[in-house]
Amino acid sequence: MNGFLNQLPIGLSIGAVLLLAALGLTFTFGQMGVINMAHGEFIMVGAYTAYMLQDWAGHEAVLAALPVAFIVAGLFGVILERTLIRRFYGRPLDTLLLTWGVSLILQQLVRDLIDNRGVQVVAPGWLIGGADLGGIRIPYNRVFILGLAVACLVAIWLYMSRTPAGRRMRAVMQNRELAACSAVRTDRVDQITFFIGSGLAGVAGVALTLVGTISPTLGTKYIVDAFLVVVVGGLGQLRGALIAAFALGMLNSYVEFWTNASLGKVLVFVAIVAFLQARPQGMFVLRSRALT
Amino acid sequence: MSAPVADAAEAPAAGKPATSGGWRARVVTPQLPWRVVFIVVLALGLLAPFVLDPAFRLPLFTKYLCYAIVGVGIALAWGHGGMLTLGQGLFVGLGGYSMGMYLKLHEAGPGNVPDFMSWSGVEKLPAFWEPFRNPVVAIIGVIVLPIIVATVLGLLVFRQRVRGAYFAILTQALTAAFVILLIGQQGYTGGTNGLTNFGSFFGINLFEANGQRKLYFVTAGVLLVIFLLLRLVVASRFGRLLLAIRDGEDRVRFLGYDPTVIKTIAFAISAVTASVGGALIVPVVGIINPGMLDIVPSIELVIAVAVGGRYSLAGAVIGAVVVNWARTNFSEDYPSGWTYFQGALFIGVIAFLPRGIAGIVPQVRDGVPVLLKRLGITLPTRSGPPGGPPAAPPPGGAPVLIPGQGTPEAKEAV
Repeated sequence: MNGFLNQLPIGLSIGAVLLLAALGLTFTFGQMGVINMAHGEFIMVGAYTAYMLQDWAGHEAVLAALPVAFIVAGLFGVILERTLIRRFYGRPLDTLLLTWGVSLILQQLVRDLIDNRGVQVVAPGWLIGGADLGGIRIPYNRVFILGLAVACLVAIWLYMSRTPAGRRMRAVMQNRELAACSAVRTDRVDQITFFIGSGLAGVAGVALTLVGTISPTLGTKYIVDAFLVVVVGGLGQLRGALIAAFALGMLNSYVEFWTNASLGKVLVFVAIVAFLQARPQGMFVLRSRALT
Repeated sequence: MSAPVADAAEAPAAGKPATSGGWRARVVTPQLPWRVVFIVVLALGLLAPFVLDPAFRLPLFTKYLCYAIVGVGIALAWGHGGMLTLGQGLFVGLGGYSMGMYLKLHEAGPGNVPDFMSWSGVEKLPAFWEPFRNPVVAIIGVIVLPIIVATVLGLLVFRQRVRGAYFAILTQALTAAFVILLIGQQGYTGGTNGLTNFGSFFGINLFEANGQRKLYFVTAGVLLVIFLLLRLVVASRFGRLLLAIRDGEDRVRFLGYDPTVIKTIAFAISAVTASVGGALIVPVVGIINPGMLDIVPSIELVIAVAVGGRYSLAGAVIGAVVVNWARTNFSEDYPSGWTYFQGALFIGVIAFLPRGIAGIVPQVRDGVPVLLKRLGITLPTRSGPPGGPPAAPPPGGAPVLIPGQGTPEAKEAV
């Protein structure tokens, strides 16, 4: 029974990381139809930002790394959007391959400029250790990641539902042409969305430094699962991303607990295909009169 | 040889009236240059094993041809069907492991278990290995297993109109799961090391020069047969329908066809070609392991096709050979430089050469008038027959239309 309950915080924290990674994707994918394979590398950029900041400012820099990584990764995203992706709207499959090329280059840059092998970020003292709750061990770093994911989710929700900029973002997501007709500068909104989406990947990267070593291929481990979250949750859907991320995190953690890690992934995939039979467009769908 | 769209456009523009008759009219056709190229390539292919060093260069070249077999299938599914499969590694693996299991059991001899199993403490041959003692079963497995997997996945996914990027991500996730499964089941699959140490392939000794030549001819022959078969598929009514689905799935549905079935068949065909390529690569490189099937090699297969030209089967062959040749030559000396180059290649080809190498000629042909128009230069044109098709590009210098993209359908399918 203890083993069963011990999987709970693990599942929750996998879900939290997936949520952080998928939040950005669901907006860039949902609003612009861009499959950004380099999103995983923005996670890596965030993680290395934390590493470099800690190198320079000491152990407690992890908190400061959160906003810095958000901005650094966000800038990477905007540069990518301005220089390349902007030219490929309406060709989603091509953006996928294009950004894959970008991710190759980013990975190799990190290998050449920083370190070939993995590096370690030392968690600050107050994140080491854990609490015992009736026999279940709850590590502090996992609680922190969970809190971070929830905070990001709330911030995004406030931004989207309470600010004029968020309203413009929703407008573009629902109907780009109509938004443009209503004097919304869609390309400007695209830039902001890309900045926020990529920035969130950077935050996810900082979170990941707390649970393991970081390496240039850090992002590739998460990108496929993050995309699955988007597919299951529905495009541009906060609620969908939230439910899907934690469902996938739990499923991963428990299936691996009951069977083994290798069979677990296959079962999770089968579960997703089965789910898509019931809801091919994900949990929540943006209603529109478009045919497809 | 180029995209069938272009073929269709060229045919009526032949210019030579068919009534002129005689042998000239039959030989000097618009297809003549392509036929000449095809024959030259065939001749070079026949000479290759006697020119290339059978200990090193020849096996490498045979390996490129295996990738070309996989690539032709990708060109069918992606270029013609609009289904970007990022998970061909799965099918390469199904074929490769079917073949590898047979070779391994053949090596171990009757009644014995393969060497890696005894290292992992597996003493009794698992039941799913047993049928692969028989070479016929192994070959049937190479063909039937991918068809089953692709059909089940295709029917489930396409029936629900899951397409575009969703489909790409699903194939990628399935491949990732397959690779993790292979690595995890060390005792049954050889884990990360995979299956290796093969001495012979259906009586061909892999260690001697003549054996390598025979293997080359087998591979090249299979590639030729698959290439010609797929050209028939592309030219058939089925191929036309596939193109139509790529460019406007809902319109095809409204015409009374069922896109699900057609897409599933095309996906299954591409799965089988990948599997055959995977089965042949096993004796060539002497190993099959999860690292050869993972997400990254799978996407590299796709990129090779993109470089060669996704809308053209011949382009896929060219791309697979050229990209892999470049990889062996550059990546050994400049591993880091190769990665940058590969990334730049992805970006460059997708951005500037969406039709790949095979599309350079049509792209220049279509692009130059647009460019001239933009620059304000008007070429003196022959006065065509009245009512002839408008040869000039649409006014305003519209960009060249890339098949399968930029249509309203593609925009919304995401």
